[in-house]
Amino acid sequence: MRKAKTWLPGFLLVLPSMILVGLFVYWLIAKNVFTSLQRSTNFVTDKVVNPGGYHNYTQLLGSGDYQHALMNLLVLTVVFMVGTMVMGLLWAVLLEKGVGAEGVFRSVYLFPMAVSFIAAGVVWRWLLSPAQGDGAIGLNQLFIKLHLDGLQSSWWSSPSRFSMAAMAIPAIWQLSGYVMALFLAGFRGISEDQREAARIDGASEWKIYRHVLFPQLSPIALSALIILGHMSMKMFDLIYVIAGPNSYKAAVPTTMMWTQLFAQSNPQAAAVNATILLIIVAVVVVPYLVTTSRSERSR
Amino acid sequence: MSSSVLTEEAIPASTVQHGAPGTRGSAGTRAVRYALLVAFVLLVLLPLYVLLVTSFKPSADISADTAWSLPHRLSVEGWGHAWQTLSPPLLRSLILAVSVAVISSVLGAMNGFVFARWTFPGAQVVFTLFLFGMFIPYQAVMIPLQAMFLQMQDTAPFVDGIVKLIIAHCIYGIPICSLIFRNYYATAVPREILEAAKVDGAGMLRVLRSVVLPISAPAFVVAMIWQFTSAWNDFLFALFLTTRNNGPVTYALNELAGGQNPDYSSIMAGVLIASLPTLLVYILLGRYFIGGLMSGSVK
Repeated sequence: MRKAKTWLPGFLLVLPSMILVGLFVYWLIAKNVFTSLQRSTNFVTDKVVNPGGYHNYTQLLGSGDYQHALMNLLVLTVVFMVGTMVMGLLWAVLLEKGVGAEGVFRSVYLFPMAVSFIAAGVVWRWLLSPAQGDGAIGLNQLFIKLHLDGLQSSWWSSPSRFSMAAMAIPAIWQLSGYVMALFLAGFRGISEDQREAARIDGASEWKIYRHVLFPQLSPIALSALIILGHMSMKMFDLIYVIAGPNSYKAAVPTTMMWTQLFAQSNPQAAAVNATILLIIVAVVVVPYLVTTSRSERSR
Repeated sequence: MSSSVLTEEAIPASTVQHGAPGTRGSAGTRAVRYALLVAFVLLVLLPLYVLLVTSFKPSADISADTAWSLPHRLSVEGWGHAWQTLSPPLLRSLILAVSVAVISSVLGAMNGFVFARWTFPGAQVVFTLFLFGMFIPYQAVMIPLQAMFLQMQDTAPFVDGIVKLIIAHCIYGIPICSLIFRNYYATAVPREILEAAKVDGAGMLRVLRSVVLPISAPAFVVAMIWQFTSAWNDFLFALFLTTRNNGPVTYALNELAGGQNPDYSSIMAGVLIASLPTLLVYILLGRYFIGGLMSGSVK
């Protein structure tokens, strides 16, 4: 242990941030958990709304509305993650060997990242508007113009259980460029000698990707998956703008939390919902953070 | 991601030697590659086309059938209306984003330096706890946060609207900014220089001021751009903490787009106006923007 005299100034420099993060992250999480365990009654009819304790959790987890929202979240997350990873990797593969005007392609693919979900959502609400045939606007109208009438869809408001897949389209549009940038940097970090060696051994281009390049990108792929996964769990703005906060069809836990808090004036249920969401995200993120932190210390 | 992304080009150029046999594929595969790349550019720019075309149409000319056509007559009526509605919240967003960028990056520099080069016992644990704060769904703190701000407002009435958002973004931005600076300092500040300075009897603040600060510009640019963009694009905090009269531009844009009889030319012009600042930052300082994206992936 070094002498306190050496490290103390460093500690003091971080102290304000420690207090702020402690208060605004950890203390507020604790308060939210506390709210989620409270009993509440309707103040007009005196009927019990939330029985209190863990019953609040079993009540929400057992409700059909919440299970519907979780199902939607699952569909959204799977389609979003697969779509974004595939698109991002494809773009990176197309660009990685260096093509003319690479910078232009990269900038275009990445530009949606700079736009807010709200701004993107407003355009995509128009693009994904459900009307078909004569009154169709957005993509449906474009399909009619291209004589591809069969492709028309009511998108996220179609009766299918998997209609949330359509909500993933704008999200894929926004984030594929990010995944491309990560993979592109990864490809460029692999020395050319390795490809050269494989080529001399007679490996085909596909084999080089499959056995030499892709395995070395797996740490990047893992980071990307975790970032995308946690973004998907938290996705709110896009759905709020495209479907509206009170849409049952497109409900996910985050929009449902808004409805619970404001439309139903039920902060306890909203707090339960938010706590479960935090737990889901933590299950994904904490192991990642802990292993990253360990591997760093051992270096 | 290593911090070299901050100092060098964020995505290094291809090392594949041009013209080397077999490296860039035959003319056929090159043509296919370009065709795909261009097709994806068109797809990604599709929403931008809709925005531009619609925003310059007089509202009277807007009909489903001609939704995808170029405007017959050019009109800036939509732009005028959108500007009128959005300019007060635009100014508020500007104050918000600039203040957040400055304050957050100063806090980030202090923390990042300590975490990288002036650690105290337990610093790694504190850093990991900070990072978790970056991933939490803010829903899990939103209910008590609202209550806390209301309490603050009782004693300090100026804590309202944009001020609330500045506080929230600065605090919840501490993790990402600390990470950006820590990664930067971990490679940009050689330990030897620090040791030499210590031997000379320089204290921490002295080292910070005369050794570290002068080389910090790249990390400041990245952190400031990151925070500017996320504060500008945020909707969740705006929705929970502000109102139509004191909220930022994302709030106002959602209101503008949310009416019963949508005036598409002003809505689409509004989207462009609200996105212009972050798009400008992206176009002018793109490589630093990418640098921030990369550091978001922790390692």
